[in-house]
Amino acid sequence: MPPRTNHLGLARNEYKGRPSTLCPGCGHDSISNQLISMAYELGLEQHKIIKMSGIGCSSKTPAYFLGGSHGFNALHGRMPSVATGALLANKELSCIAVSGDGDTGSIGMGQFKHVIRRNVPFVYIIENNGVYGLTKGQFSATADEGQFLKYYGTNHMPPIDLALEAVIAGCTFVARSFSGDAKQVQALLRAAVRHPGTSVLDIISPCVTFNNAATSTKSYPYGKDHEIPLHEIQILAPDYVEERDEITIEDYDEGDIIDVEMHDGSFIRLKKLDNDHDPRNRRMAMEVLERSMREQIFSTGLLYYEEPRPTLADTEELVDTPLALLNETELRPPKEALDSVMQSLMVG
Amino acid sequence: MAINAQTHAKLDTREPVTNDFAFSVATKNGSGSQTSNNVLVMSLFQMGIPVNGKNLFPSNIKGLPTWYTIRASKDGYTARKALTEIVVAYNDGTATEDVANLPPGGVCITTDKIARVIRQRDDISYYQIPVAKLMRQTEVPSAFRKQVENMTYVGAVAQLFDIPLDLIYDVLLANFKGKVKVAAMNHNVVKLAYDWTADNIAKTDPYRFERMDGTQGKIMMTGNDAGALGAVFGGVNVVAWYPITPSTSFVDGIIGFRGLRQNDSQENTIAIVQAEDELAAAGIVVGAGWAGGRSLTSTSGPGISLMAEFAGLAYFAEIPAVFWNITRMGPSTGLPTRTSQGDLLFTHFLGHGDSRQICLLPGNLKEAFEFGWKSFDISEDLQTPVFVVSDLDLGMNNWLSDPFDYPDKPISRGKVLDADSLQEFINEHGKWGRYMDVDGDGIAYRTVPGTDHRFAAYFTRGTGHDEMAVYSERSDHWVENMTRLRLKMDTARDMLPQPIIENGGSADIGIITFGTNEDAIREARDWLTNDGIKTNYLRARALPLASSVSDFIDAHKSVFVIENNFDGQLTQLIRLEHPENVSHVRPLALGDGLPMTPDWIYDSLKEQEG
Repeated sequence: MPPRTNHLGLARNEYKGRPSTLCPGCGHDSISNQLISMAYELGLEQHKIIKMSGIGCSSKTPAYFLGGSHGFNALHGRMPSVATGALLANKELSCIAVSGDGDTGSIGMGQFKHVIRRNVPFVYIIENNGVYGLTKGQFSATADEGQFLKYYGTNHMPPIDLALEAVIAGCTFVARSFSGDAKQVQALLRAAVRHPGTSVLDIISPCVTFNNAATSTKSYPYGKDHEIPLHEIQILAPDYVEERDEITIEDYDEGDIIDVEMHDGSFIRLKKLDNDHDPRNRRMAMEVLERSMREQIFSTGLLYYEEPRPTLADTEELVDTPLALLNETELRPPKEALDSVMQSLMVG
Repeated sequence: MAINAQTHAKLDTREPVTNDFAFSVATKNGSGSQTSNNVLVMSLFQMGIPVNGKNLFPSNIKGLPTWYTIRASKDGYTARKALTEIVVAYNDGTATEDVANLPPGGVCITTDKIARVIRQRDDISYYQIPVAKLMRQTEVPSAFRKQVENMTYVGAVAQLFDIPLDLIYDVLLANFKGKVKVAAMNHNVVKLAYDWTADNIAKTDPYRFERMDGTQGKIMMTGNDAGALGAVFGGVNVVAWYPITPSTSFVDGIIGFRGLRQNDSQENTIAIVQAEDELAAAGIVVGAGWAGGRSLTSTSGPGISLMAEFAGLAYFAEIPAVFWNITRMGPSTGLPTRTSQGDLLFTHFLGHGDSRQICLLPGNLKEAFEFGWKSFDISEDLQTPVFVVSDLDLGMNNWLSDPFDYPDKPISRGKVLDADSLQEFINEHGKWGRYMDVDGDGIAYRTVPGTDHRFAAYFTRGTGHDEMAVYSERSDHWVENMTRLRLKMDTARDMLPQPIIENGGSADIGIITFGTNEDAIREARDWLTNDGIKTNYLRARALPLASSVSDFIDAHKSVFVIENNFDGQLTQLIRLEHPENVSHVRPLALGDGLPMTPDWIYDSLKEQEG
């Protein structure tokens, strides 16, 4: 039997990258898998996607998915600037970027904030495990206060909450998830790739080698026992209207459903669980995040969403043609233009 | 704290002197003197007199002493002279020293107030302007008086040395972009001082200006503006930067000339991002170059330091991008507003490991424009970052120049494969790998994101990689890659702008330099020729050095390398690249923060040769 294919006629296999060299069981590999599934299911064209990353375990992963897309493993904490440049040069590209808590939470903090401020349209995934893997087990800036690790003992510093930082910086799409929650990661990725603005996904992604003790809030056992999704998430494409009505009527009271309409006409359908979180409310998003941090509650899902403001390319008022594809005439003014500038500088 | 007394001064002879003398204008920073000084320079330019103006300014918004030197030279010498015959002493804090620096027979133009506190000399001419009194007579609203006070010395200078008043009005109007009210307000002060000087001062000096035709068809501009204009004609389309003196006005220049590239609906073909720091600026231009943009950043020493890691990545991953380093005096924060050629080695070797960067070394305004556009072609042809190493003197001062030549060849994107040519490549070679050198010149073929071909994608990384761009820690892959990069640098030697070589008829003495020392050297060489000492001359215009540099060294008994840095960095590079027979290559390295003077070159060479 021939393999199942998507609407481009491609099998899922064709969205894979090279074999992963991360530790077996690493949370990052499950996220890569969800990225492959997402791109396959949505039938994305790989040549229109770029994959960007910084430095660290997480940042190696773009080599392991979407082998048909150009990728760039850049410098520590500076993926955002490289992505900014690439997307200015060609605003028709979509960008999936992968960073980690070491990459974003320390040296990358400035670029993280500023890329959000400029609203560069891309998916910014933070594979957050609270620990430095490649250098063998130091605390990262997102590690919980009071946490114990073999390498350094007890962490006495409060954590930096990267989702909260994203909301504060003006990010229009902020989510948190757990790499063990494949369904939720998949739904959030599908929404994020449609969002014409910076989308930050802070995904707790356990390090099986250095930070997977049940006492760690960034471990599999902890995540499986403590994850509290804020909603059930479903992404409805623009042509899913009928089904949407059906579900609303059959399964839920109207007050329990939040439909967030996205820029392209699709909907993020959120079915309320045991809380009243409305991701369209910035103050609520910050309260949920602050309480989660204070009480170490592992709330996941879409934390904040707002109608995206103009992207950087919009603010720059660029021509329609991607800058990288401009031709000679568009790139070089005629000789008369130079002569006229020269004339204006001569003795009058 | 004044500019150090310049030794080696040539004494004037009290003969009438026309269009061949220099001013130093001493004021307080932030007092509006920049406009007055520009007006004087542009007026002389309009009179047809070859002129230059050099701003020797402090790192300060307001209050610290600042000097501006203006040199008129009927013979077309535009280097800064060690000695200025005339000082406008408008800063009480430095006036005594400014006057002490004058040669006998010099001229001091000052305010009546400052005149009371200067230690007097009996061998110079003093002209005192009652600035406060004149300002009370003007119609200038009191809020603006401090800003236009310096126009009083413009009026006095115009009267004393014969600059036409109506010409000054035209220059003021151009300076204020056609705003009649502001121009008239300033001109009103100029005229008051002009008339007062005519009525009250008896001229006792030999200096005067006279119209001539030495600037017809020429332009005046700063090197930063020239480089920016060049970039606009070179097809720059992504600019990222962070403000830093003396490079800030480079990007201001691009913003100013961006309109030349706008389409009918005023949309931009150049994205300009003020980044959060130089780390991000470098990242943006590297990302853009990777994605097929023609990207540029402009910075100076501290910024270049921050860009080092990206420079190494771009060198190793082979990504085009253009970096302008408008060099200022280091190390560290150094003298942020003083010129230097002290970043030559650092820029050439920027990045850890065995990295070596292409450097273009503009020596004048025309080259700032030419390298402005050419740097993009070189960068894309070689698939490597290109550093244009300019300096504060070229970047921020007004230079006299012939008009620029329109680019003499079409834009080059280098070896970029689109979907069709990629397929042809694969048909011919069986496969395509990002770092496969099929031409034997060290330069591989690249694809850019968005190329619709199933084998177009590759993974860019700063880690070890094989020719297919796949991660590799194998020693043989590493050595092969580094060998190819070295081959690419050798290919570059002959593709880059070649040295300017002038045979001055000497059998023995060769002078080597780079960058902006040329004018001072030209003048010093003329003086030496008058003394019967002939010299040959080579100005390097790019790194890695061209092979003709070696030939030049071998052809002379004595080679002097003149450079404006403390350690003789070009000399060191020559010794590194040309290790055989270099005992006769000696540095004449100064590095005192100021543009080089012919006086220092002349004296140093005489001393060495004597």
